Amino acid sequence: MTRTPLRPLARILEARAKGENPDVIERENLRQRHEETRDAERQRAEGRLLVLAVFFLCAFVLVSGRMGVMAASDPVEPRAQASGASILGQRSDIVDREGRILATNLTTHSLYAQPPLMIDPGRAADELARIFPDLDAERLRKQFETRKFLWIKRKISPEQQQAVHDIGEPGLLFGAREMRLYPNGSLAAHVLGGAGFGREDVHSAEVVGVAGIEKAFDDYLRDPGNGRAPLELSLDLSVQAAVERVLFGGMKLMNAKGATAVLMDAHTGEIISLASLPDFDPNDRPVPLTEGDAADSPLFNRAVQGVYELGSTFKIFTAAQALDEGLVARNTMIDTKGPLRWGKHRIRDFRFYGNSMSVEDVIVKSSNIGTARIAMEIGTDRQRAFLDSLGFLKPTPVELVEAPGARPLLPRNWSEISTMTISYGHGLSASPLHLAAGYASLLNGGTKVTPTLIKQTAPVPGPRIVSERTSAMARDMLRQVVVRGTASFGDVTGYRVAGKTGTADKPRPRGGGYYDDKVIATFAAIFPADAPRYVLVVTLDEPVETSGEEPRRTAGWTAVPVAAEVIRRTAPLLGLAPDIEPRGEAGVTLTSN
Amino acid sequence: MTEMVHGSIPARDGEPVLPRWWRTVDRWSLSCALLLFSIGLLLGLAASPPLAARNGFEPFHYVERQALFGSMALVAMIITSMMPPQLVRRLAVVGFAAAFLALAFLPFFGTDFGKGATRWYSLGFGSAQPSEFLKPGFIVVTAWLIAASQDLGGPPGKRASLALAVIICGLLAMQPDFGQAALVLFAWGVMYFVAGAPFLLLTAIAMLVLVVGAFAYNNSDHFARRIDGFLSAEVDPTTQLGYAAGAIREGGFLGVGVGEGQVKWSLPDAHTDFIIAVAAEEYGLILVLLIIGLFATIVLRSLIRLMRERDPFIRLAGAGLACTFGIQAMINISVAVRLLPAKGMTLPFVSYGGSSLIAAGIMLGILLAFTRTRPQGEIGDILTGRGR
Repeated sequence: MTRTPLRPLARILEARAKGENPDVIERENLRQRHEETRDAERQRAEGRLLVLAVFFLCAFVLVSGRMGVMAASDPVEPRAQASGASILGQRSDIVDREGRILATNLTTHSLYAQPPLMIDPGRAADELARIFPDLDAERLRKQFETRKFLWIKRKISPEQQQAVHDIGEPGLLFGAREMRLYPNGSLAAHVLGGAGFGREDVHSAEVVGVAGIEKAFDDYLRDPGNGRAPLELSLDLSVQAAVERVLFGGMKLMNAKGATAVLMDAHTGEIISLASLPDFDPNDRPVPLTEGDAADSPLFNRAVQGVYELGSTFKIFTAAQALDEGLVARNTMIDTKGPLRWGKHRIRDFRFYGNSMSVEDVIVKSSNIGTARIAMEIGTDRQRAFLDSLGFLKPTPVELVEAPGARPLLPRNWSEISTMTISYGHGLSASPLHLAAGYASLLNGGTKVTPTLIKQTAPVPGPRIVSERTSAMARDMLRQVVVRGTASFGDVTGYRVAGKTGTADKPRPRGGGYYDDKVIATFAAIFPADAPRYVLVVTLDEPVETSGEEPRRTAGWTAVPVAAEVIRRTAPLLGLAPDIEPRGEAGVTLTSN
Repeated sequence: MTEMVHGSIPARDGEPVLPRWWRTVDRWSLSCALLLFSIGLLLGLAASPPLAARNGFEPFHYVERQALFGSMALVAMIITSMMPPQLVRRLAVVGFAAAFLALAFLPFFGTDFGKGATRWYSLGFGSAQPSEFLKPGFIVVTAWLIAASQDLGGPPGKRASLALAVIICGLLAMQPDFGQAALVLFAWGVMYFVAGAPFLLLTAIAMLVLVVGAFAYNNSDHFARRIDGFLSAEVDPTTQLGYAAGAIREGGFLGVGVGEGQVKWSLPDAHTDFIIAVAAEEYGLILVLLIIGLFATIVLRSLIRLMRERDPFIRLAGAGLACTFGIQAMINISVAVRLLPAKGMTLPFVSYGGSSLIAAGIMLGILLAFTRTRPQGEIGDILTGRGR
């Protein structure tokens, strides 16, 4: 575009020559230029306004069309179905080894309120408080005034649902729910753990495991890919019931504050029964303790989570290792003159057993001094390696979420004095389940077993721990403990029980030494001794037996009778035929540790 | 003779006010506005009794208030539409200054009515929302500045008005009220566009928006989920959007019948943001199409009349007002039919709300004043040979 100059020289000169004002020419040119730009602007604006008009026309047509399409489509009825896929019925059942139901699902309803839809909130609150006595009418009334939505009950029974329905209040609504049901109540509560609701909305809720095997196998149980095949546990429901019943009675008789029992298949490592008292009902899990010792809660699984110094039950590991490595023979005489001094420490026996005794008698009489002397022969490194091979240095691999958290307590510095005390079960804390797995591994012929809660089809032989001969010898020595030693109450006629007692003083909290009058009493047994099938560990927490003149706390008086009753009741259930022993009438030796 | 005896008859130049107004005003747009207002009252009869019941008033409390404010809005609209453009501009600038100050002092004297955003002044008998009144004033001021910048040697009006827009957006974002802030930016953008924004800039902005959007979609889970949720065919029926969609489907073509609708009981904003859902449920597609048609008529007629306008100020201001009015209606309806993500925006003239009603009246009044038929110098063009 050629710009015309505002003051064209030729015209200016001409004007000057004529005596006219040349500024008039400039103003006229300026006006013209201004008008030209305005015209250009106007034409451009005209186009752009047209663009805007077309844009708005298209947009209005689009909105109208969309409105028409929506109006023409059918309303979704009922509206509730529109949200997401149903998540009902997805969690697999849990059954015991015989296929009996331990955990299953039950269709139920949740109850919620939408106060804006209510006709008479006051009456609804009163009626609800009448149907559910744990609800507070005043509180409900206040909530109905302020809230737009609230949950009233997560799970209600059909009778309660009918009662709520009969209130006739449109603002009270029901949502489909699937809840986890444990038909056996508190049986095997610690194994099953429990389940709760995860994400939930009005139409459905996710059921998630919160503890125990429900949580450990949460992914498997919720996986639709396994076709709702039930999870088969190694537990036997009837054995579990018998064990819990006997254990509860024993705990009461022995005035213990807690008790636990583990019954394990000695070859496969399957846990047939696992009980921990006090227990709870997984259908209505108590809230975890927020203060104090977690071990005091009924939720605490003593068999798996509780780590205790298990006392003299460890002696057989020391003796078996020494035998297996050829350091001693069964009848080698061990010096048991006490007390044994090591640095500033002194090791004593429960009572004086003589200046020397055979290895077998060290076990049968349960001599700390003798065991410590054998341990010195073995040495620190080999003892540690042996206990490691039995699984005492790591948490148990059992399939419970609580298991990995229960680490055994090991001495910070595994010195020679540690070696000596650990040889008779002090200075190393492990769970009763550790002990059961250790006894099974040592005594089943000498191959390692891994404790499991899942039903196994056949035993998987683990690595060899000790020779078959050593294993048989250890069983025989333990049999002698029952026949003529500290566990004489454990001799159940016909089942040839072999086992070892252990009584350990409870440590005071925060490292203040040991209590004088609080013990952990343990009896670890295997039966039948000549053809081992099952390992049983019974542990009582702070038992005291008061039938005699003085209160008795040793395992021989507390844990052993309870364990004997357990065996008496469960062995027939396990299909073991009693066999009358030819030498069952051996001399009865009463208590000693 | 008479003049010689009695002196001259006092003669007025020009036509009397009312006939001239009636002759020159866009009567179609005026009737559309009146119709929209009556539809608003009709829908208020349906949508507001639940709200009144909730707040403990007579069932038609809100309808009465709507009628009161609506009459004020109509009076304001008609008076404004009678004013000459220059007077409108002067008053609008003064009004803008007042509304701007009111907006700036909101954080100190305003109230949030427990809704979490400080947008209102409580005035005893009711409340006022300055941002509603700010919009028409802002548009007129911006048009004035941009038009002035087009003159040779004019002030840098585009930059000044942009700065003004940004400041207002900042104030609105503080409340927070992103909907109004977006409207202010949109109004400025429309006027800048009509005033001749370079196409290079426009394409650059469009590209930038696309790139940023794609980047955000790929890198932000939150953003991606909102977009996916918006794009997905299914909508959770328990949300506001779900209720609105359900109501439109229930209504079908002819509606479920007057007073038979259910959605007004479920939606807390049935009388404002989702009034179109109430309309669709009770009166069906027919009424919705009528409402859309009325809005479209006002916007399109105004834009087409402005195409002939020669005064750049009037052209810009008119375009800004018409487009802001139109986009507000469009956004409101689009949210209900899920063409846009949820955003609270009132439907001008139809939704309940005193400030919104009166401000819409003033806005439409200014628009009507600007779209009145005026001599545009076409004869001059023909005479000077510049006509097309």
